Amino acid sequence: MPARIVILGGGVGGTLAANLLTKELGRDAKVTIVDPTGMHVYQPGYLYVALGQANGQWLSRDERTLLRRDVDLVVDAAERVDTDAGIVHLRAGGSLPYDHLVVATGSRVVPEQVPGLVEGSYHFYTLEGAIRLREALRQFRGGRIHIGIAGIPYKCPPAPIEFTFMVEEYLRKRGIRDRSEITLLSPLNRAFTIESASKLVTPILEQRGVKIETFFNVESVDPSSGTVTSLEGQKLESDLLVLVPPHRGSAVVEASGLGDAGGWVPTDRMTLQREGFENVFAIGDATNLPISKSGSTAHFEAPVVVSRIASLIKGTAPKANYGGRVMCFLETGNRKSTVLRFDYENPPTPPKPSTFWHIGKWMFNRIYWVTLPQGRIPEMPGDKRRAG
Amino acid sequence: MGVEQVDREIDARGMPCPGPLMSLIGAIREGQVGQVIEVISSDEGSKIDIPAWVAKAGQEMVAVEQEADYAKFYVRKVR
Repeated sequence: MPARIVILGGGVGGTLAANLLTKELGRDAKVTIVDPTGMHVYQPGYLYVALGQANGQWLSRDERTLLRRDVDLVVDAAERVDTDAGIVHLRAGGSLPYDHLVVATGSRVVPEQVPGLVEGSYHFYTLEGAIRLREALRQFRGGRIHIGIAGIPYKCPPAPIEFTFMVEEYLRKRGIRDRSEITLLSPLNRAFTIESASKLVTPILEQRGVKIETFFNVESVDPSSGTVTSLEGQKLESDLLVLVPPHRGSAVVEASGLGDAGGWVPTDRMTLQREGFENVFAIGDATNLPISKSGSTAHFEAPVVVSRIASLIKGTAPKANYGGRVMCFLETGNRKSTVLRFDYENPPTPPKPSTFWHIGKWMFNRIYWVTLPQGRIPEMPGDKRRAG
Repeated sequence: MGVEQVDREIDARGMPCPGPLMSLIGAIREGQVGQVIEVISSDEGSKIDIPAWVAKAGQEMVAVEQEADYAKFYVRKVR
């Protein structure tokens, strides 16, 4: 009988793992992917929607079209996993027994956890949020814009800085930059979590006239007065607040007792197994690993999980380990970008922002639908040192 | 050595920057005034970041203990 592999979530990690597993194991496995919507969304595109550079249609595809024919797709929400029995219970009432489980359920935003955030601020972490922000920006005639982070961890760590650079350019193009003040609120004592990237972007932010407030961890928003208050006791008045909402792990992880206090799956940093389970793996945003929650993380993790599950099924010694590899583009405005590539051992050494990487990011946005399902990411200059 | 009152311990050894500081910030958010939080960090940057944040946030640094490969920070939530 083929091994039953159930994958929860049809995002980057789940889709790639499903395709690679069927390719690797053929008839030795029956791979089923469970996704609540059956639609695959290219989430990095929300940033472009917010700035009026893309529409929502470009961002999503039917998940079925991205999967190999031998992968079963179940469009339903996984409600609870019974790890003792090895069964996934579905919302519609059905159940799926498994021999191996891959949790690729991503993260969700929970803006309601911060007082006033829903009514008093905007974000670009959902399609609805990005469209609402786009409309607010269109109405904006000048004033104070504050960009900050209302909870850590959050998806795509460079996104708030990218938005800052891009909104600065947007206001310039609209001719209202001189009537506007842009402030980046950082939870740390520097502009960005990764020190080398922070050193690179800080002078550019200053050059563009962006103010940086450090150690500003958002505590609450007062929608009536447009003020944002930090845990550190600072209060700022704003005309347009753009705040990354807090994130949590998925509801099914929490309902199944598979997560920690934040709903993140305690995961072995090398094997990607759920702590305490040989046959349960986690990839992408769903894990508790202290690395970027981004599509590229899931992309680099998926082959490790595939190789490990294949070893378990074939009875061979598992070899693949995840080394913490991540790759993120970082838009710096004016048609320039840099790129952050790093792993557990090597912090990034981002190149000077250039048009080359800006075009690279745009190309990646376009070829995502072709490269993602099969795990083909084109080699980039500088990648060779990480080969093997 | 040692601080008598510890209400919550966070062992952030092995966690890269800014993990230990962010764990402390999370614990301060969730904690009650008067509680002491102990953060154990092996990240060198914590020695600068954690005291700087505690000062900015108006919290109280009760003690810092340096061990061979890590440091222990004891922070009291005062507001």
